[in-house]
Amino acid sequence: MDFNFTSEQQLLQESVERFIQDEYDFDTRRKLAGSDDGFSRDNWAKFAELGWLGVSFSEDDGGFGGGPVDTMIVMEAFGKGLVTEPYLPTVVLAGGLVSRHGSDAQKADIIPRIVEGELMMAFAFAEPHGRFNLADLHTTATADGGGYVISGHKAVVYGAACAGKIIVSARTGGDVRDSDGVSLFIVDGDADGLSRRDYRTVDGLRASEVTLDNVRVGADAVLGPVGGALPLIEEAIDYGTVAVCAEAVGAMKVLHDATHEYLKTRQQFGQPIGKFQVLQHRMVDMFINYEEAKSMALMATLRVDDEPAVRAQAVSAAKVQIGKSGRFVGQESVQLHGGMGMTDELNVGSYFKRLTMIEVLFGNTDYHLNKYAAA
Amino acid sequence: MDLAFTAEERAFQEDVRSFIRDNLPDDIRHKVETGKTVEKDDYVRWQRILNGRGWLVPNWPTEYGGPGWTAAQKYIFATELGASPSPRLIPFGTSMVGPVIYTFGNAEQKAHYLPRILSSEDWWCQGYSEPGAGSDLASLKTRAVRDGDHYVVNGSKTWTTLAQYADMMFCLVRTDSEVKPQQGISFILIDMNSPGIDVRPIVTIDGGREINTVFLDDVRVPAENLIGEEGKGWTYAKFLLGHERMNIAGVPTSKRKIADIKDIARAEADGAGGALMDDMTFRRKLAETEIKLQALEYAELRMLAAESAGKAPGAEASLLKIRGTEVQQAITELTMEAVGYYANPYVAESFQAGWNEDPIGPAYAGPAAPVYFNWRKSSIYGGSNEIQRNIIAKMVLGL
Repeated sequence: MDFNFTSEQQLLQESVERFIQDEYDFDTRRKLAGSDDGFSRDNWAKFAELGWLGVSFSEDDGGFGGGPVDTMIVMEAFGKGLVTEPYLPTVVLAGGLVSRHGSDAQKADIIPRIVEGELMMAFAFAEPHGRFNLADLHTTATADGGGYVISGHKAVVYGAACAGKIIVSARTGGDVRDSDGVSLFIVDGDADGLSRRDYRTVDGLRASEVTLDNVRVGADAVLGPVGGALPLIEEAIDYGTVAVCAEAVGAMKVLHDATHEYLKTRQQFGQPIGKFQVLQHRMVDMFINYEEAKSMALMATLRVDDEPAVRAQAVSAAKVQIGKSGRFVGQESVQLHGGMGMTDELNVGSYFKRLTMIEVLFGNTDYHLNKYAAA
Repeated sequence: MDLAFTAEERAFQEDVRSFIRDNLPDDIRHKVETGKTVEKDDYVRWQRILNGRGWLVPNWPTEYGGPGWTAAQKYIFATELGASPSPRLIPFGTSMVGPVIYTFGNAEQKAHYLPRILSSEDWWCQGYSEPGAGSDLASLKTRAVRDGDHYVVNGSKTWTTLAQYADMMFCLVRTDSEVKPQQGISFILIDMNSPGIDVRPIVTIDGGREINTVFLDDVRVPAENLIGEEGKGWTYAKFLLGHERMNIAGVPTSKRKIADIKDIARAEADGAGGALMDDMTFRRKLAETEIKLQALEYAELRMLAAESAGKAPGAEASLLKIRGTEVQQAITELTMEAVGYYANPYVAESFQAGWNEDPIGPAYAGPAAPVYFNWRKSSIYGGSNEIQRNIIAKMVLGL
């Protein structure tokens, strides 16, 4: 057993954490979140330059040959800064799908451009009425000539506004919710017939409703097996889930430390409020929740490359823990900060909001608890 | 023992119900139902409608304009009002400073302020908390120094709800720093248009702009605005906090919101071909909250019965505050869970009444997350739930 990082991983961690500390303070993040793009293209170029956009891709594809642990390191540090740049949709979700299942031509076209910071992507997997069921698809792709015509509505697609390419799940056969008949397509962000309604999100990011109205793609747009892509989608969502678990751990760490500090400094009744045993125990429970979350995020990271059944079970377990811990740590941080915790000026609320939305993302606590119990 | 209301009480209930149905303006009802921001004018219009019927201040003695209701009637009225899609009644004038004025104020103060509360001519805000005095309210530092026939007030008050609308503030100030903290506090009424007052909004985590910090810089307040005696402010403040016990639990509103969740859960898909309402995991959580609410309702009814029998209610009211806010918060969590991914889109303009674009996702989803974040306040304000538990430990259990 070895929980130590390699020396390369240590360097990666130091470099990302230093960036967050030196260049991504809360005011900077607030300005970025409020800007037109909602993030900084200069930062994105810097991520490329520092190699963070390529850590998880194989060297053959133009990456740096890292794995889930490297992604965890980046995402945990990003969670501490509440980074708004579209790393999750571009690198983890879409990039991951292409690197694992793309054709040689697709990989050669896409991965180097992601690594260089030239291409951002999004993954449109959810639909308005599917809740968390990845197979509940009303979007259809009909074979036409040599290619396909895609029509449908994809819901709450993170990072779609800046995406040069969007990976879209659609039905090439079967009934709504059938396991078979699901396919993936790589669609240009500016394709004819594709329209977006962009908006801000509660957690300070950007997402879109993406409508496809007879969007034509060639046969070379198909990613993975026609009609057999559901396992690929489940796998991609599991990788995404592990990544947001790490992000949540970073966010919880900030809330834990801020609340700990507040208990030691805020004076009421002539003493620091941290002297009150009731609040001490609440802080201890925050500490325990954080430790549990970190442990489970790590466990899932180390299992995500395993066979599908093992992977899915580990991911659901971690997501349940992160959902519960994130809610507890978020709510208690606000409560223990009192009125200050309710203010937009303090950073606490922004971390709480991101943790709240991470709980929903890729299936909420109930969904994963049921999935785990049923397996 | 009998759970039912009498025939007279049922007739009264029907009266209240039909009055609200016939008199609550449609535009205001629509705002409340769709989670839009309720504006000052909406609150005032609704208060004036209730006042026109003589129903604005159920708890006031008849000589000052109260309707002279029994405890059961007050309960029925509060229940019907809470169950209806009407704006909440702003408590600062009617439930807070009003009773202090008619109990401790002098004849001139009663004659001047009470009618203006009833007519909604004055909008009141509460000047209690300070940046350094939250749970430990008695440590407040805002000072009032006597200067001829005025007090000169310096300091700052915070978390002041809707101070941006206020004409008047009832304020706890320190008039004596030589005595025990509680004994040096006085209760004065400050005109919000006085020179030296600066109201600055505090944006909350849900994006709302309800609360403020009020800075007071050499504000001259006529000495006649002092309520009762100098140094007795803490006693009046405690009277005020203990006064409004009804509604503290928010049972009727919570019932209405649980009904709303059921509507949402019937409309939302469960991802398995049915509705979310078919999902036993969700249903069980909803049922647990409903049962918790029922326990709260009957606790409240038992306290009401004791009060009707002439027993002065005590610190048990803290129980209503703790459980009431916990249920409210659980309801906001369930609402947010019910809407799934559509909790996340945030369109700030969509909460204004004039916004008429299509919502992103179902219309009920838009307010779900902001309301959840906003209601985290309820376990903090009005004496945090930790302070309420201290009160029960000390006053009820003698620990």
